Parts: sequence; C-alpha cells; structure tokens
Amino acid sequence: MFEEVGTTTEGDLIINVGPQHPATHGVLHLVITLNGETIKNVEPHLGYIHRSIEKMCESLTYRQFIYVTSRMDYLSAHINNHACAMCVEKGMQIEIPARAQVIRVLMDELTRIASHELWWGAMAMDLGAFTPFFHAFRERESINDIMEETCGARLTMNYMVPGGVMHDLHPNFQKRVKDFIQLYKSKIHEYDEMVTGNIIFQNRMKGVGIISPEDVLSYGCTGPVARGSGVSSDVRKLYPYEIYDKLQFDEVLETGCDSFARYMVRIREMQQSIRIIEQLIDNIPEGDFQAKTKAVLKLPKGEFYTKAETARGELGVYIVSEGGTTPYRIKFRSPGFSNLSALNHLVKGGKIGDLIAAMGTLDLVIPDIDR
Amino acid sequence: MTNEELKTSIPTLLASAVIEDGSDFLTINVEATDWLSFAQQLRNDASLQFNFLFCLTCVDWKTHLTMVYHLRSTIHRHELVVKAKLDRTNPEIETVSHIWRTAEFHEREVYEMFGVKFLNHPDLRLLILPDGWEGKKPMLKDFEDPINMIRL
Repeated sequence: MFEEVGTTTEGDLIINVGPQHPATHGVLHLVITLNGETIKNVEPHLGYIHRSIEKMCESLTYRQFIYVTSRMDYLSAHINNHACAMCVEKGMQIEIPARAQVIRVLMDELTRIASHELWWGAMAMDLGAFTPFFHAFRERESINDIMEETCGARLTMNYMVPGGVMHDLHPNFQKRVKDFIQLYKSKIHEYDEMVTGNIIFQNRMKGVGIISPEDVLSYGCTGPVARGSGVSSDVRKLYPYEIYDKLQFDEVLETGCDSFARYMVRIREMQQSIRIIEQLIDNIPEGDFQAKTKAVLKLPKGEFYTKAETARGELGVYIVSEGGTTPYRIKFRSPGFSNLSALNHLVKGGKIGDLIAAMGTLDLVIPDIDR
Repeated sequence: MTNEELKTSIPTLLASAVIEDGSDFLTINVEATDWLSFAQQLRNDASLQFNFLFCLTCVDWKTHLTMVYHLRSTIHRHELVVKAKLDRTNPEIETVSHIWRTAEFHEREVYEMFGVKFLNHPDLRLLILPDGWEGKKPMLKDFEDPINMIRL
C-alpha cells in the first residue's frame, strides 16, 4: 500500500538540499536518501518561514485579513486577494460593479504572466542557464511598473477589497498594458529559441518527474502540474468566477505527464493570458470601481468556500463564521502544499540531477506552502 | 449528480449519516468510527467517485473538534463536505491517506496544529513546526505563547 518511508540501508547517502539553496526558491529543506545517484526517498521539511497566517486571521477583521494573504503567495498576490475578497462577498452577498470585475480579471492575468515569467527564468537558472533569468525579468519589469502605478506596490499588492478594488486605475494603465502586449509578442519567440527548443533542456526535462493523471488527483495537485498530465483543472473554466465565462480562452492541456509537459503548459498559458487581456483592455466599462459597503463587515453565521485559479493552481479560502467581525476559523487550501506532497512520488527512483528539474516544474513558492 | 440526488443516495450508503443544510455544499455529518468505510464507499462507488480530496482541515469549537473534508468528483463534477465530530481531550480518527494521498501531508498538518491523532497514518510526525514542539497545539483556541505570539 505505502512505499517504505525513510528506510536506509548500509551504503546509502543522506544529503540535505536547502534550506537556503537557490533551487529551493525560498526556504525549503529536502532530506534526500541516495543509493549511488538514485533517489530512494525525498523528505521535505517545512516551517522555516511559517508565520501562522491562519491563526493570525482569527484576530483580524474581514477587511484586514486580506492584507496578510498577499504575503502568502507573493507572486500571485492579486489572485490571493481576489479569492479572499470573493469569499467575503459571498458571505455578505455583495454584488460588485462591472468595472471592478474587469479590473480584477486584468490584474489577475497580468499577475499570472508575471509569475510564469519569474518561474521560467528561475527554472532555466536551476538547470544552469543564467541568461533566460534576465530576459524573464526584463518583461516582468514592465508588469511591475504597471502594478506600481495603480496599486502602489511591486510585489505584495493589496488592491482587491471586498466590494471591488481599492481605487481606480491609473490614467496610463491602458496604454502601458498595450505597450506590454507589444513588447511581449516581440520577445516570446526568444523564449523558444533559448530554452524550449534547446536540446539540452529537452533532454533534461522529457521523461523526468512523471506523474500519472490518477496520481495527480490522488495527491490533490492542481494548476499547471495537473494540466501537464492532461487533467482538466482550470477553476476559471470549471467553476467560472467574475467574467471568465464570457471570455474566449483555452484551458491549456498537455499529455506528456513529465517536466517538459508542465513547462509547455506554463508557456502556452501565458499566451492565453495575453489573449484575455487583449479582449478586455479596450472594453473596460465605465462606472464605479467599488460597491458601497459598511466600514466594518460582519459575515452571517455559516461556512463559506471560494476558489480561484492562481498561477500555481487552485487556491481555496474556507471561512467559518460565527457572525462576528472576525472569522472564527480560516483555512487556505494552498496549491503549493498539495503540489509539494507529490515531490517524493515524482523523483523517487530517478537521478539526483533530475530532482532539480522536476522540482523546478512544480513552481514552488514556499510562503504559500508554509503559510 | 446534483445536490438533491446526492441527498437521496448518500443515506443508502450510511444510515447514520446526518445531512446538514445551510451551505452551498451538501454537508454530511458522520461518526468518526464510520468515517473510514464511508470514505472508501465515496471514493469507489461508481455513481459517486469522489476522487479528489481538495481540502482537509479541522475546526476547534472549544467543546469539541470537527474534522472537515471537502471532496470533489472530477468525473461527475459534484462536490461534498463530510464532517466528523471528535472528542477534544483525545481526538482520534482513521487516516484516509491511502485513499487520497494528499491526506498524508494535510493530516500531518492537522496533527501538529490540533493534536488530532490519525490512526494508521504511515508517518505521523511534525511537518511545519520545529522539533521539540510536541504537546503544544498552536491552532487550538486556548493556545497561548506570550513570547512568539503577536496580538494585533
């Protein structure tokens, strides 16, 4: 039923990767049991940056707790805020204005591109190539500039609030987004030339870190990790929120089940995000950007669950309310936590060199796992 | 299946299941001792096939603990919440990590945060908290740590 966990025999080598290793993208500590070059077991140790966000949220009001969630998955800060705001809106039954919905989707998709860009650069760097990292940052920088103008921050944005968005778009927003789309389209072929078509990268990723569709579901993997194995899991398509059901875009599915398939999902997903932004950028409706809400929100007694598709997969927000101004209990079903739980399964039996390639394609963001 | 259809088919699997209203998910309350066999039925029954455990957590109600399992079938596209009430002084429930592997990590998290003992779990150790934390359960409502805890 279970593979034996942590059994070592004579001659095995136990090595530690991390906590402060560039390829662990934060502070993840892996204890790896090796037999020669072959991995027998990988055991992740978490908790180096645990901040007990769920506990903290119990003493924060419904407006305040959204700020904390930007610090969870800081590469998808907007989408985290979005999921939380939706959960509060669901409890309060707030209708949000059309303009706010479009702004939210635009911000989400820009965030997704920025996150995938960073992943792409970091992934290439994990495999020993340094140049793609700078190319990725060049494009990501334009998104950060757009965010800075409207949201006032470049990383931990706090822009979405229950009822809509905090303030209106900056007057330059439309122009800068259009400039970004032009820039992106002129550069995207470089990605394929540098990495996708490179025979060294292909050999390091194809057939590495295989996970079957059944295991994807059993381990609770979502996002590009699931879609790389052909499992349809896009929350935007399956359980549409905001205006996603009115937009034209494809759910990206690959059937390779390996690291290369997950790589291709993210590359193609960026193009879908560009497609969504192009549909919306000239059609932002006029009107309010925030619904009128009370200064202190009180959720009725009950339980509320909403989900959103972050760059890493399905983020669920589960609020248990006792009717007060603060949540009684909050659980964040973070995508990274479930994706990481499949790591041992992905790399067991493989070579130590493949560990980094497989881990890179999981796109781990450690604060999202540790919370 | 729709929620209404689930509502009629679930009691045929487990007579003692209590259906709870008031949430957008169909919520079933079960006895902790019935949970393992019920979970197996939910996973394997051809018309249910809940193959995706997307959230597993615990709530401290001060008088008792409640385990909450959010389940989804990616085949039939229906969702279900199962709750099990646990004794607060000695919380115990069977593990489901061999049915849904994701529970392996999630149960370890609940174990260290709430002290719920998952029977027959293959590797029930601390996952997030540092060594030496045994005995202290940070997510319980009466947990106090004057040094590390920040009150906002």
